[in-house]
Amino acid sequence: MFPELNSILSISPENIPQGQFVVLSDRSGDASFLIHHFLSLYLRAGCKVCFLGLVQSFSHYSAIAQRLGISLPQARERGQLVFLEGLKESLGELLLEDVGPGEGPLDFLRCPQSDLRSLFAFVRRSVSKGVEWGPPVLLVDDVSVLLSLGVTVGALQDFSHYCKAALCRELKGNMVMLVRVEEDEEEEQSSELLLKALSHQCSLALHVQGLSTGYCKDIHGQVEVCWRGGAAPTAGFQQQKKLFQYKVHDKGATFFARGTSSAIL
Amino acid sequence: MAAPLRSGIGVGSRQDTRAVHGTSFQKKSRGKLVSIPGTRPSVQNGQLLVSTGVTSLDYVIGGGLAVGTLLLIEEDKYDSYSRMLLKYFLAEGVVCGHSLFLGSARDPPEEILQELPAPVLDDIGCAAGDEGQAKLCDSEGEDSMKIAWRYQNFPKVQTALAASSRFGHYYDVSKTMDPEMRQASKCNTFFLPDELPLKSEAEPSTMNAGYRALLRSIQNLIHREGFDTAAPQNKSRNILRIGLHSLGSPLWGDDICCKESPSDAVSLTSFLYGFRALLRSSLCVGMVTVPSHLIQNRAIMGRVTKLCDTAIALESFRGSERETNPLYKDYHGLLHVRQTPHLNCLVCEVPDTKDLAFKLKRKQFAIEPHAAVDLLVRQPPSEPPIEPPTARRGRPVRDYMCNCKSCSPSVCAMQPGSGRGGVGGGGELLSDMAGI
Repeated sequence: MFPELNSILSISPENIPQGQFVVLSDRSGDASFLIHHFLSLYLRAGCKVCFLGLVQSFSHYSAIAQRLGISLPQARERGQLVFLEGLKESLGELLLEDVGPGEGPLDFLRCPQSDLRSLFAFVRRSVSKGVEWGPPVLLVDDVSVLLSLGVTVGALQDFSHYCKAALCRELKGNMVMLVRVEEDEEEEQSSELLLKALSHQCSLALHVQGLSTGYCKDIHGQVEVCWRGGAAPTAGFQQQKKLFQYKVHDKGATFFARGTSSAIL
Repeated sequence: MAAPLRSGIGVGSRQDTRAVHGTSFQKKSRGKLVSIPGTRPSVQNGQLLVSTGVTSLDYVIGGGLAVGTLLLIEEDKYDSYSRMLLKYFLAEGVVCGHSLFLGSARDPPEEILQELPAPVLDDIGCAAGDEGQAKLCDSEGEDSMKIAWRYQNFPKVQTALAASSRFGHYYDVSKTMDPEMRQASKCNTFFLPDELPLKSEAEPSTMNAGYRALLRSIQNLIHREGFDTAAPQNKSRNILRIGLHSLGSPLWGDDICCKESPSDAVSLTSFLYGFRALLRSSLCVGMVTVPSHLIQNRAIMGRVTKLCDTAIALESFRGSERETNPLYKDYHGLLHVRQTPHLNCLVCEVPDTKDLAFKLKRKQFAIEPHAAVDLLVRQPPSEPPIEPPTARRGRPVRDYMCNCKSCSPSVCAMQPGSGRGGVGGGGELLSDMAGI
């Protein structure tokens, strides 16, 4: 959990907004540090968390969460966290091994061009259990890897729409999705389309970008925070944007206005 | 990705809790892990690292390859240097006694294995001594720096990128490895034409039959030989090095090299996802070369890169205009670091400079920050005329340089008049020295 980002977004573990759909995205940068922020934030706030970790192993998330002061194995034992380790679950499906009856959450990998019904059913099941915890939260790291596994943009849009309806509307919870976009901008790519579609649905978007001038040791990139619709702290209809530069540390990240990095001043 | 190190071996988790309750000054012991030959724990995040076989490449990617991760090499045009790197990677495995797996679709794997370079094995110290630059790095330059004293405090990276000499070996590319030595290590191969019947019934899947056969064969090997971290721990553990040559080329039955919008765009990425899953749960380390210049759709290459952990690209000068360009006369090509892994930590320390070039010497594949960039940006613009040396006498040279320690040298050097020993600035520097 990065306190600076919390104050930018005016969120705190004691004060979690409800029904928020957050889209994290990056282009020529790496926004995955933000997913760790949101994971530790919601766990600290006592929410019921369903985490779809599709790109890294559980121990990776757990090691980072430990640095941020949260123990994922404990949260998992207590039933607060439901963790789907995509790498582990997918192997049997990709190799078309025979598993027992019943649908696995990732059985869409068996046949190309199928929908994500089973994954949604998994999410639905896991957030409906554990009423003693706060409002449910779904985190996905990251959605765009599903494109690499043959899921279409349409199916992903359906999935996010269903999740939004179930979590943000019905259960008054929250949802965070990470989309990683390839660097080439000229073509209309599927990840670009996906980002557009999700940005259209979301209430808060954080877009990470590398510096246009290239790699820098002291400024890792810039993040554009964009509130949409009624989600803005100053209520209004227009979307409100803020731009920050950031630097990721060992145990957190600092955010500062453009050009005010400690390396420059 | 601590899978192999922490939960997998079962050393980490219990000790961690003890460390929390006890004093904070407990020595971290890593149990049996360090006893695997050819590995060392990372200084940054405690990951178990193995060498790529090229010491300066290890340095560039942050100390070495973490066990359980995948290195992607984007091939150069004629696949000569990327193939060399693959051979170094395998040869290092042979020298360290690791098991090997080599998958290929074009050249029979046995042929590649026969071409492995011979290690320079007299003594590790001697091996470093052979390479003047490597020694320069190690010995801190205590006595050898009489003449070039001005450069004493310059970062050592500038001469040659070399990590610790204990880890990784040097190879003589003019000789091939002794067959006896090669056969001492367990080596498994996968040659696609042998494994796959030409006509196979199409199963509906996201992955094509060739990749699926390859993935299954790797999985079987890992289970059979006990490389997975879930295996019983009483056996002595070893590392499996997996090298896959030219993945994505048409010979693997992939059409991403042929068409802009291939019908089978997700085969390679699905394979890499499955491969990543296998690596993460076992004591394996992978190296994959991909002919990226053949892949028509750049978006696919972007996804491939994201599914690998470390990604570097080789750009050879062979056949390009740069071969004859005097700026590049010392090098054989450029090396781009596309991606470094974030493992178990939010940040990953990488070397400052990203302008790297490589040259293949007889006993060393050297990767260095290339001088061409220095020459281009350090050459001051012609506007400020160089003052006569008398006017500048006594003024410290340091004044001409940007003093902020944090801005990168290339940025500083862009400012006019900041020549520090480059082409234009050389005159001043020499005259200053003469003045003193």
